Amino acid sequence: MTEFIQHLINGLSIGSIYALIALGYTMVFGVLKLINFAHGDIYMLGAFYGYFISRFFSLGENPSLFSLLLALTLTMATCAFTGYLIETFAYKPLRKAPRINALITSVGISLFLEFTGQLVFGSDPKFFPQIFAISGEWAIGDLKFNPLQITVFIISLTLMAILQFVIFKTRLGRAMRAVSFNHDLASLMGIPTNRIISFTFMLGSALAGAGGVLVGLVYPKIEPLMGVMPGLKAFVAAVLGGIGNVTGAVVGALSLGLAEEFVVGYLAPSFRDALAFTILILVLLFKPTGLFGTKTTEKV
Amino acid sequence: MSHDIILKVDNISVKYGVIEAVRNISFDLRKGEILSLIGSNGAGKTTTLKAISSLLPLASGQILLRNERIDTLQPHEIVKRRLSQAPEGRGIFLNLSVEENLDLGAWTVKDTSTYDRDLEHAFELFPRLKERRKQSAGTLSGGEQQMLTIARSLMAHPEILLLDEPSLGLAPQIIEAIFNIIEKINKEGTTVLLVEQNALQALQISHRGIVLETGNIVLQGDAKDLLKSDEIRKAYLGE
Ligand SMILES: Nc1ncnc2c1ncn2[C@@H]1O[C@H](COP(=O)(O)OP(=O)(O)OP(=O)(O)O)[C@@H](O)[C@H]1O
Ligand SMILES: [Mg+2]
Repeated sequence: MTEFIQHLINGLSIGSIYALIALGYTMVFGVLKLINFAHGDIYMLGAFYGYFISRFFSLGENPSLFSLLLALTLTMATCAFTGYLIETFAYKPLRKAPRINALITSVGISLFLEFTGQLVFGSDPKFFPQIFAISGEWAIGDLKFNPLQITVFIISLTLMAILQFVIFKTRLGRAMRAVSFNHDLASLMGIPTNRIISFTFMLGSALAGAGGVLVGLVYPKIEPLMGVMPGLKAFVAAVLGGIGNVTGAVVGALSLGLAEEFVVGYLAPSFRDALAFTILILVLLFKPTGLFGTKTTEKV
Repeated sequence: MSHDIILKVDNISVKYGVIEAVRNISFDLRKGEILSLIGSNGAGKTTTLKAISSLLPLASGQILLRNERIDTLQPHEIVKRRLSQAPEGRGIFLNLSVEENLDLGAWTVKDTSTYDRDLEHAFELFPRLKERRKQSAGTLSGGEQQMLTIARSLMAHPEILLLDEPSLGLAPQIIEAIFNIIEKINKEGTTVLLVEQNALQALQISHRGIVLETGNIVLQGDAKDLLKSDEIRKAYLGE
């Protein structure tokens, strides 16, 4: 039982990080019908921005919730700006071009970020400073919790709740959903579609950046290729949930996190990374629209 | 009704690839009027409206709104200049609720104090929408979706309203009601460019009319005269 709960917590905590990345995939797909393969690398940049910001403000010397939130906020802002630049210079010029052009461009941007990352940051792993620490362990009876994992999970959920609010309760979110339905129609409402697309990129990049910082808390080894695997898995999670569907991305990501954890824990420890791709193939074979995907669901 | 020209379509051509869907057409929209643009399937009516809203680029010619050139603007910038379009056939956001659709219609309205009144007004015109306000627009019937398209375009307080076949696929009584509504909003001050295949009813409420055939204007004049002309009676009224 204890072991089961431990797996559950591990699964939810890694799943929530996948969710933060998957949301960006799904939102950008919503507004541009583009699979932005560079998105996993934004998560990597988030980890490095967080690393440098933490070093700059010496946050590792005063680990506290404040330090964590400071690093998180600044990282999200810098990642949003990075997303804005990428969208403006790489994707916007291709708006009228065939969709495949943007897709190939995104692979190019991904490689560019990974290799520039290696050049600038070096390919040796760096250690993310401990900017948040809770002494001891939390325990209920026999059950021991890793407080960092719980923190990661709670912060991710909070960010997702904020996102959900923005998308479904604000005018800006309504505009995002309108743009994802049809650009021309949205522009006939007077909605500046390009600005909404930029905003969507910024929002997605900020969340991925948050994921980078949060993963740094729990698995402090960061390196320029760290975005590849989580990026692919988050993509699988988004497809599993029904790409374009915000709620689906969260459910897909948490399911994938849990599935990985339980498969590794109980069935086949070496199967962790293969599982995502098995799921991808199964989804594409049996339910290409994903768990939540129908033609008329809420898309962003 | 004055003779002030509010919108000038000046010798425009629009192409899809090599196909020229609209060929060197010119017409003026006068402040306060209802101008009907009629023509059969594929005549180029929707293409013309899309060009005015900047959804399609011009191959040649220009479009002036209150003497300002607008064909180089983005579509949303034209809406900001109070020219709205209710697009053809179910042009609504099927993934949003009825009320969210209406709210987006008011996107360019800066003064939010009139929002509730506008919403009430829309529901007065189309009571059916009120009952379904929380419902997803995708669950509305075809006719109700058409009503929502029109109601939504009014939320922007347009000075000029382009309507693309508002009667399409509606039952006769509802068509009657829709034409009454168009007349009413025109009397309240909105200039209307009405695209219709339903020539008789459109011309009956219009001041002037234009007949488009395979991308060319073949006839234009006062609605009264057009209704009497032989060409119209033969081609569009089935006489
Ligand atoms: N996206 C497109 N690509 C190529 N050709 C198009 C496209 N849209 C319209 N056309 C062509 O342009 C011509 C004019 O079409 P348009 O939609 O303007 O007609 P319409 O007068 O609105 O007809 P309807 O009454 O059937 O709506 C048609 O011959 C049509 O086939
Ligand atoms: Mg048409």
